Amino acid sequence: MKGKAYIAGAYEHPTRKAPDKSVAQLHAEVARGALEDAGLTKDDVDAYYCAGDAPGALGPLSMVEYLNLRCRHVDSTDVGGSSYLLHVGHAVEAIAAGRAKVALITLAGRPRSEGQATGTAPRAGDMRQPDLQFEYPYGPTVVNMYANCAMRHMHQFGTTAEQLAWIKVAASTHAQYNERAMLRDVVTVEEVVNSPMVSDPLHRLDCCVISDGGGALVVVAPEIMASLKRPKVKVIGVGEAVKGQMAGQVDLTYSGAAWSGPRAFEMAGVKPSDIKYASIYDSFTITVLMQIEDLGFCEKGEGGKFVADGNLISGQGRLPFNTDGGGLCNNHPANRGGITKVIEAVRQARGEAHPKVQVPDPSLVLAHGTGGSLGLRHGSATVILERE
Amino acid sequence: MASMSQDRTLPPPESNPETKAYWDAAAEGRLILRKCTGCGKVHFYPRALCPFCYGDTEWVDASGRGTIYSYSVMRRAPVPYAIGYVTLEEGVSMLTNFVDCDLDALKIGQDVRVVFKPTEGGPPLPMFTPARA
Repeated sequence: MKGKAYIAGAYEHPTRKAPDKSVAQLHAEVARGALEDAGLTKDDVDAYYCAGDAPGALGPLSMVEYLNLRCRHVDSTDVGGSSYLLHVGHAVEAIAAGRAKVALITLAGRPRSEGQATGTAPRAGDMRQPDLQFEYPYGPTVVNMYANCAMRHMHQFGTTAEQLAWIKVAASTHAQYNERAMLRDVVTVEEVVNSPMVSDPLHRLDCCVISDGGGALVVVAPEIMASLKRPKVKVIGVGEAVKGQMAGQVDLTYSGAAWSGPRAFEMAGVKPSDIKYASIYDSFTITVLMQIEDLGFCEKGEGGKFVADGNLISGQGRLPFNTDGGGLCNNHPANRGGITKVIEAVRQARGEAHPKVQVPDPSLVLAHGTGGSLGLRHGSATVILERE
Repeated sequence: MASMSQDRTLPPPESNPETKAYWDAAAEGRLILRKCTGCGKVHFYPRALCPFCYGDTEWVDASGRGTIYSYSVMRRAPVPYAIGYVTLEEGVSMLTNFVDCDLDALKIGQDVRVVFKPTEGGPPLPMFTPARA
């Protein structure tokens, strides 16, 4: 599979609030954007991937029809915000197997216009879901379950609120150059730790934004890429994993990245220290810290020291991350930050990031996502890209 | 600064044929767990088939004692509450609320014991409170 497909198109919707658009329309707009970016048309698409944000009860059925595609391969694996990174892996598989040549992946949603209390309101679900009756009545929310991971990490490894705050500081330092970012003010460690406590130990500024919008990717076969004018960004490693409570052997100190990361690195034949830029899923500051450890950028437990003192800031630190401002400052469309992680990694690999945050040698970049709940059960997906 | 936990309105758990005994026991003030009749391991949440070996399982009584594995006090809620994992003496961890305590004094590793809190129209929920020394 290694090197059998390229990311030819990547597009991020410019909107952050879209009360006057439908969700399906946002999907179509990002699809058009990514195909135009690649230099392809809708009639070139022969595979389509979407997840739970796509409107329609039966996976891809409604969207394939709405977008008027003729597909020979579809996938609607939904592992929350990491779905789209996992879809990149599935697209590479389909292309390598000769079952597709041009795969389109879309994400879009309008939680901001719809007034969702995304992180703080418990969400009920299908009571047939076997875990739900043992969890929902206790009031798990997105933020308080990530907070459980942060609390345990602090207890076990001595991680501090100030170290977590550095992650937001780095994201905001990048976001100041992104005119579309929701939060463009550069913040300090003091401002983060003095912002209101939402769920101990996570403050308001440890959390990502809530935004409308979306994004799309076009993954293509080598012979298609050869016919296009865009810089060649090759997929050389993918990995995926699902981690939960392990039948009661709960361990909140690591994420599924500890499994998906090594799989992607092994396929790519590179090491964490080779990576020049990383898009790391940033629903909360703790999400970033744990994934950085689990992907092998530092030892387990050393993440707090690693992220401190600007080490994630482009041009300054050892691991430039989320140079668009990420979910913490830029956007988090449909409450799912996976596709924007890949989009910024592609921008970096192409040399098309903002000049103030572009890394000098973007030959090897990584994108990683966590979807679902880090403290309950989640999907993890890692993608490693090489600029040819 | 002490902030004592307050009782809050709790939605009822919705049981099914596989889990009815768990909630029936809760209604009697008992915490029970599922144990494999083959490999002998206890797991959580309860399943008919052992998640470690797919063997058959049976109900066993739990001691109701454990320690706090992790927690968070949810401040942005109408009534703040502590949600987290308790590691039971039987070796499994379960999601719960920590109640009848000073929310600001909770600590990971603290000894706790089970109490049952009523829900709206359903069986009570097993929750945990600091154990007296």
